[in-house]
Amino acid sequence: MLDKVIFYFFAAIAVGSALLMITRKSAVHSAIFLTTTLLATAGIFLQLRAEFLFIVQIILYVGGIMVLFIFVIMLVNLDVAAQQIQYSRQKWVALVLSLALAGQVGAMIWRAGKLPGQGMLVRGVAAAESLPPNAEAVAQSLFGPYMLSFEIASLLLLVAMIGAVVMAKKKV
Amino acid sequence: MMNHLYELLKIVLASPYTLPVIYGIVIVAVLPLVAGYVVLVERKVMADMQARLGPMRVGPHGLLQPIADAIKLLLKEDIIPEKADVWIFWLAPLISVTAGMLALAPVGIGPAFQIAKDIDVGILFIAGISSLGIFGIVLGGWASNSHYSLMGALRSAAQLVSYETAAGMALVSGLLLGGSLQIRALVEEQAKQGVWFVALAPIAFFIYLVASIAETNRAPFDLPEAESELVAGYMTEYSGFRWSLYFLAEYANMMVVGSVATTIFLGGWLRPFSSVGGAAGRAIDTVPGALLLGVAAYCLYRAPKQPVTVQKLVMVAVAGLCAVVAAALLAPVFVAQALWMMPAIHGAFWFLLKVGGYIYLFMWLRFTLPRYRFDQLMRLGWYFLIPVSIVNVMGIGIALVLHWERGMNLALALGLTTLMTLAVAAVLVRAELKREEQLRQAASGDAYAG
Amino acid sequence: MAETTQNGTGPAGGGSSAQQTLLGADELILNMGPQHPSTHGVLRVKLKLDGERVAGSECVIGYLHRGVEKIAEHRTYQQFAPYVDRMDYVAAVSNGLGYCEAVEKLMGVEAPPRAKVIRTLLTELQRIASHLLWLATHALDIGALTPLFYCFREREEILKILEKYCGARLTTHAFRIGGLQYDAYDTLEKDVERFCADFLKRIVEYEDLLTGNRIWLGRTRGVGVLSAEDAIAMGVTGPVLRASGVPWDIRKAMPYAAYDQFEFDIPVGKNGDTFDRYVVRMEEMRQSVRICRQAIGKIPAGPILAKVGKVLKPPVGEVYHAIEAPKGELGYYIVSDGTVQPYRVRIRPPSFINLQAFDKMARGHLVADVVAIIGTLDIVLGEVDR
Repeated sequence: MLDKVIFYFFAAIAVGSALLMITRKSAVHSAIFLTTTLLATAGIFLQLRAEFLFIVQIILYVGGIMVLFIFVIMLVNLDVAAQQIQYSRQKWVALVLSLALAGQVGAMIWRAGKLPGQGMLVRGVAAAESLPPNAEAVAQSLFGPYMLSFEIASLLLLVAMIGAVVMAKKKV
Repeated sequence: MMNHLYELLKIVLASPYTLPVIYGIVIVAVLPLVAGYVVLVERKVMADMQARLGPMRVGPHGLLQPIADAIKLLLKEDIIPEKADVWIFWLAPLISVTAGMLALAPVGIGPAFQIAKDIDVGILFIAGISSLGIFGIVLGGWASNSHYSLMGALRSAAQLVSYETAAGMALVSGLLLGGSLQIRALVEEQAKQGVWFVALAPIAFFIYLVASIAETNRAPFDLPEAESELVAGYMTEYSGFRWSLYFLAEYANMMVVGSVATTIFLGGWLRPFSSVGGAAGRAIDTVPGALLLGVAAYCLYRAPKQPVTVQKLVMVAVAGLCAVVAAALLAPVFVAQALWMMPAIHGAFWFLLKVGGYIYLFMWLRFTLPRYRFDQLMRLGWYFLIPVSIVNVMGIGIALVLHWERGMNLALALGLTTLMTLAVAAVLVRAELKREEQLRQAASGDAYAG
Repeated sequence: MAETTQNGTGPAGGGSSAQQTLLGADELILNMGPQHPSTHGVLRVKLKLDGERVAGSECVIGYLHRGVEKIAEHRTYQQFAPYVDRMDYVAAVSNGLGYCEAVEKLMGVEAPPRAKVIRTLLTELQRIASHLLWLATHALDIGALTPLFYCFREREEILKILEKYCGARLTTHAFRIGGLQYDAYDTLEKDVERFCADFLKRIVEYEDLLTGNRIWLGRTRGVGVLSAEDAIAMGVTGPVLRASGVPWDIRKAMPYAAYDQFEFDIPVGKNGDTFDRYVVRMEEMRQSVRICRQAIGKIPAGPILAKVGKVLKPPVGEVYHAIEAPKGELGYYIVSDGTVQPYRVRIRPPSFINLQAFDKMARGHLVADVVAIIGTLDIVLGEVDR
């Protein structure tokens, strides 16, 4: 009972913030609502006992990426530009496409609920108490089976960082 | 009807959520008061270091000053700049305060007082929620609708983000030694090993100390909010209650970083020499009670010297309060039936004492050192603290592997790590000094007559 | 060019405006308004910023102009004496010394030896007090909160001595034309001796806090460099000149009062940056203590006021007399037309002339250094504006 209440609370915040985010005039307001959406999603992760994912969502997504978004928005002063071009002419196409996508996803979920065992690909849900501590489990898999992908990803990030530094330095 | 209520009460009391909710309410209600008294302590410590007395008038020895300040701030006029974004202006201090208070959730003030008990990622939680406080600063600066407020806020945010990396790396060093992200497990590991991690990883503690001073925007890293800086800080347009929220957030942050440092490096709620039992152990256990009895005695001694009757009564009340707490502290040591209280109350006392010591260190540094200029500040973070902390983490990792796989003595391995990190730090410092010398030569390169 | 002050209500009132230069680059003019915690009075500085660096500056003064020199034309010589205290209100005794000596020179009288030695003693004490205030505010601007209180504690002792001597702490009117009005009070020598012994220990405290501190060095070394040629060309005097390497001190070059009777050194710096000015002023405080100690032992007996009469009518003529005030060369150019009121009194304030060097010193530095540079020049707006 309490679980359901908490889930619907977070879900309502997530969906509501997402809607508000795309309908705001001011870019900073949109960024704030994106932040609330991300925080609500993190809350849902926490409810699912995926603690590591919850905190990494907050540290990286909210504390890193959203801070950068807000830096850029504030430094570049998008407000003037954004307030002049309010809604583009593609909104009808966008509406049709998103309704189609929503319909497909909804149909898939509907059918998964109807046919037990033939639903979406979920590897048997484990009981919450039997899970090893999240961070350890993630670390085991990162340094175990997924070692190569991890190293490749970190190399990519390194290249991106160096590229950014080189490009920024050139301006000065 | 009464039966119904009784049933409800039983359900509420049995629920595992009740105690954490109560702790949460206590913290949210009590934190502003505690922060107010920390401000009073800061003013008194500042006065002591500056050869003067500090607040003395409001209440005996200024003890009621925070209450007077709170009333004043609540009654001030609420000024909002004309073209400011009202919603964000209202939201920004709220974010700062919420992040500060929320970060106190997993902190274990004693083994019994912890709101989020089972969270597996306790330390990460604190670090992550602290980084939410950046939003409060950036939005506050932006909402003031002033170019220079915004620049000050962005500078402050850049400073916070830079020092977060160094702080995180320093924490990782401690976490490697502790082996878990859980708060409780870290303290228990220190109890098991019989030594606080500050002795095993002193450089990590030092780096965390410096980085946490920068994280909380305290001197010597407080240029974004200093008065003599041209670019007015993010707090300029805030007055009255909103400003006090920012202030509260700053002191809550100080308590959070103090709690994290205490948990990881200073042994959390363990008393000094926690593994020593017997007579020596009991002697150390009587120290908390004895300290508070001393404070109570001093208050009673000063009470007759107060000029006004009300102040005399307040002093006596304070003395009584200290005496009661001292009794609660001494009871488990001497009375066997009260032994169950021991870990909770003594743990809380030692934890608060250590956090208090850490915060005292913050204050001491604030009043001794001048301020860093912003570019010097960023240089210090990126060119010195982050490389040293990364080298430290690698070194501690290697030391731990040597200890576990090759059976090398842990103290020896960590000692070698410390030496290596110090060597790297010395190299960086030398390079920095040479660069500064070169800059100075370039600046003052003219030949002088006479 | 319109200047918008957006947060002018705050204590750090500042506004900005951008204008396009020919090259299209933005040049920002930042106004450090007259109300600012760190401009030591009502000084307005308009900084032209190129990004973070100062590309040029303009000091706007006059907010404290009180028309002192014009007032002088309508007062008798004795009536004007209290006015000079109000110029450099931090070091009122030196102002009085310069004025009284200038008028004495004009009239051709000399103060008796006892008066000269006591004048020297009080002026050196005032020099220490002025430098203490400078150190307190300079350190506070750079962020060190504690030296302020230590310095004021010592300054309080000096002000107590001055109060015991002439009844006033700040605007003392300590000297009279022709000598002194009040003789040294009975415990003057003891008080000064006790202060000097104490003070030498306290200077060590200040140096402990600041001189070796990496942050202090980082904020002051290489900041606000003034070369010797520039200093001489702009007429800069006082510790600012000596820190740039020029060993010029009026007390040695053209001795006045009783300075030729005492032994003291002139500290001279090397690089002309903020740190050198700091070191020079600290050393000057020590040398002042040295002079005070010598003066206490050497006060001769005798009259304290020369015979000048109640009505002062100097002969027709003009005189320029300069002394080494704590801030630099303080000069009085007095033209007399034979009446009881001077025809013209022109005051050469050291802060006014030193402030000219601000533009040169601030160029190329970051905005955060501007505050340190204003502090290191040790200006008092009462003197700059008169």
